[in-house]
Amino acid sequence: MVNYIWVGMTLIGIVYAMFNGTMEQVNEAVFKSAKEAVTLCIGLMSILVFWLGIMKVAEDSKLLEKVSLMTKPVVRRLFPEVPSSHPAMGYIVSNIMANMFGLGNAATPLGIKAMEQLKKLNGDKTSASRSMITFLAINTSSVTLIPTTVIAIRMNYHASSPTDIVFPTLIATVISAIGGILIDRYFYYRRKRKGRE
Amino acid sequence: MAWLNVISLWMIPVLIGFILLYATYKKVPAYESFVEGGKEGIGMAFSIIPFLVGMLVAISIFRASGALDAAVNFVKPAFDLIGVPSEILPLAIIRPISGNAALGMTSDLISVYGPDSFVGRLAATIQGSTDTTFYVLTVYFGAVGIKRMGDALKVGLLADLVGITAAIIVVIYFFGY
Repeated sequence: MVNYIWVGMTLIGIVYAMFNGTMEQVNEAVFKSAKEAVTLCIGLMSILVFWLGIMKVAEDSKLLEKVSLMTKPVVRRLFPEVPSSHPAMGYIVSNIMANMFGLGNAATPLGIKAMEQLKKLNGDKTSASRSMITFLAINTSSVTLIPTTVIAIRMNYHASSPTDIVFPTLIATVISAIGGILIDRYFYYRRKRKGRE
Repeated sequence: MAWLNVISLWMIPVLIGFILLYATYKKVPAYESFVEGGKEGIGMAFSIIPFLVGMLVAISIFRASGALDAAVNFVKPAFDLIGVPSEILPLAIIRPISGNAALGMTSDLISVYGPDSFVGRLAATIQGSTDTTFYVLTVYFGAVGIKRMGDALKVGLLADLVGITAAIIVVIYFFGY
């Protein structure tokens, strides 16, 4: 699926540029975005090193375990394949919380750690497990309590009340999270019916 | 408003402080743990590079060629039919693909139509209520070496669709059309 989308986007773009006369822009885009991607990763490194360090402290002091035990009743239902005392649970919970409070920077390293643990649980296979897909579904519809960036933009443009979209946003994001979980369940049972799980 | 700024300003430092204080209380060698955990971040950042380069290049070729605009114009009539302003369409399409581009579009829509207009509010709500599926997928799976994504992309994109639809309905409900 990803292979097709990746090749598709590139090919359609190149072919379209042939007829649209935008080859120059495409040329420029290739090198500019490649550079941008590397810059992004290097920028990500500082955040990764710092937050993974802090989270290791939280893990060693058993704080992570404590947090995951507190939210166990809810999260266990979402991830029936993850044992509740497994470190994956702690990272999943911390990632969801970081997203909730709009700490995008902190959420990424935690998400990666959660994936790492889920991969271990799945016998180190290179294909995505059920729990991984559920985790992604929750992440892509990330529930945000306070969308700080958007509020900042609205303030910049002198909105009469910059925060009046907070509640509507919360409702929309909760609906999309529930939708994501339901869609994930649907695909899981579809795989199961076909005997692929 | 003031309390909001205070909360977002205090949240991260307080969290860091609490974690370090708790570790010291539990007699964990905090600095050593920190360094050990931090080391992992270096390799992780490097391992993401090829995934992100591949994805970003493909997306920007698609955008720079003008194919994205063409796709938007193609589906526009269908959107007009159900009463969704087509100004919002490029944002809805780009939101799952590129976080930076979406943020740029959101501020553009807000500046052009005004923060208190229907389009401006809708853009803000869409931006705030969904996440960049391709980025999350690329970075999370890339970092731990997942090659076969299964249904992950389908699930993520459908969840985005639900989110954007929800945003449209909610904004109409709260602020009127």
